[in-house]
Amino acid sequence: MIRVVLPAHLRTLAQVSDEVRLTVEGPVTQRAILDALEARYPMLRGTVRDHATLQRRAFVRFFVEEEDVSHEPAEAPLPPAVAAGRTPFRIVGALAGG
Amino acid sequence: MSSVRVLVGTRKGAFVLTADGKREQWEVAGPHFGGWEVYHVNGSPADPDRLYASQSTDWFGQLIQRSDDGGRSWAPVGNEFVYEGVPGTHQWYDGTPQPWKFTRVWHLAPSWEDPDALYAGVEDAALFSSTDGGTTWSELAGLREHGSGPAWQPGAGGLCLHTILADPTDPARLLVAISAAGVFRSDDAGASWQPANKGLHSDYVPEPEAEVGHCVHKLAIHPSRPDVVFMQKHWDVMRSDDAGRTWHEVSGNLPTDFGFAIDVHAHEPETVYVVPITSDAEHYPPDGRLRVYRSRTGGGEWEPLTRGLPQANCYVNVLRDAMAVDALDPGGIYFGTTGGQVYASADSGDQWMPIVRDLPPVLSVEVQTLP
Repeated sequence: MIRVVLPAHLRTLAQVSDEVRLTVEGPVTQRAILDALEARYPMLRGTVRDHATLQRRAFVRFFVEEEDVSHEPAEAPLPPAVAAGRTPFRIVGALAGG
Repeated sequence: MSSVRVLVGTRKGAFVLTADGKREQWEVAGPHFGGWEVYHVNGSPADPDRLYASQSTDWFGQLIQRSDDGGRSWAPVGNEFVYEGVPGTHQWYDGTPQPWKFTRVWHLAPSWEDPDALYAGVEDAALFSSTDGGTTWSELAGLREHGSGPAWQPGAGGLCLHTILADPTDPARLLVAISAAGVFRSDDAGASWQPANKGLHSDYVPEPEAEVGHCVHKLAIHPSRPDVVFMQKHWDVMRSDDAGRTWHEVSGNLPTDFGFAIDVHAHEPETVYVVPITSDAEHYPPDGRLRVYRSRTGGGEWEPLTRGLPQANCYVNVLRDAMAVDALDPGGIYFGTTGGQVYASADSGDQWMPIVRDLPPVLSVEVQTLP
């Protein structure tokens, strides 16, 4: 079971109060996690990545443990700790604005 | 007894203000979508319990929310706004080509007849429509592709399509306004478009009477006379008596003809309201005095309305979508400020009172008159 931590605004939108848990078939990649996230919570479509291009929105970052993996290829396997559910995949709103 | 519902979009959420027909005691509900920018909330003329809201942030993009119970509960609907084909470029502020990119929905215009049908005006400027309650959206690409699109340039707020007026007697006749391209007109439900800026004069562009390139801030009509259109331009208050084909200036004795908001009284088609703003460099009222100006002659002759409005040290702005009128008798006028006040007048503007004083900066105000 994959654990995903959402930023506060997206937790409100998805009507969840804590991290979400997803089943991902096949290799655990950014794209596979986001596909599973949007399938489970369709109201999040377009909020993390573009509908058509699937590009990450500019002010959204992805963290795993203490690493910023935002610029890793979307199809690259994430660390085994994510796939094993020992650490969450964190979706973070960039610190910008006031 | 009749009642009113005021729909307020702000920089940090939406609010719904309600009162009975006396419009003295108000209930304030919200924020809905707290922390998000809400550029516009609007109700269906055909079903007042059907509301739509445009919710966005730079972080998480655009959402459209829909309510079927007058704003008590909301659910997100479709947020996929994709330009038809390869959209090409418009101009950037410095005149260089800039690829068209969807940013947000500025304005929502529900159909007069069908609660599931509505238009959305977006940035970068384009017109979208939905016929399934906002679930799916399609671009009316004839506007963006009619010919002048590559020359369009953004106003200070972005290249936004901010006004959508459908003729209530013939919904195929549409007027839209884009900052800073101008007014465009369609007689075939948005399939084809023509610029509608003849008579506008803008000293801040190289060709002051160009066919496009005017920074039109807002248009307003009275539903009974859709051919009479009033305009608050960047500078100048204008009037058209032929549905936008030609325009003439009606700024008259206004202290300044710069401003953003404009609206028409619900029962008096020749009674028009504006909020003069000092200049394009100073977005606050002249002399720190917040004054609504009313013309009962369809423009030209204007009177200041000040009772109940701050007449010293007031430096707020009133944005283009932040004024509305109700249909009660006597008519009610409403506007919101960047200082977070929403003011109401229940007597056509003679006397004003704040409904709320401390909301986030107000982006839009709409009013529903309920049976």
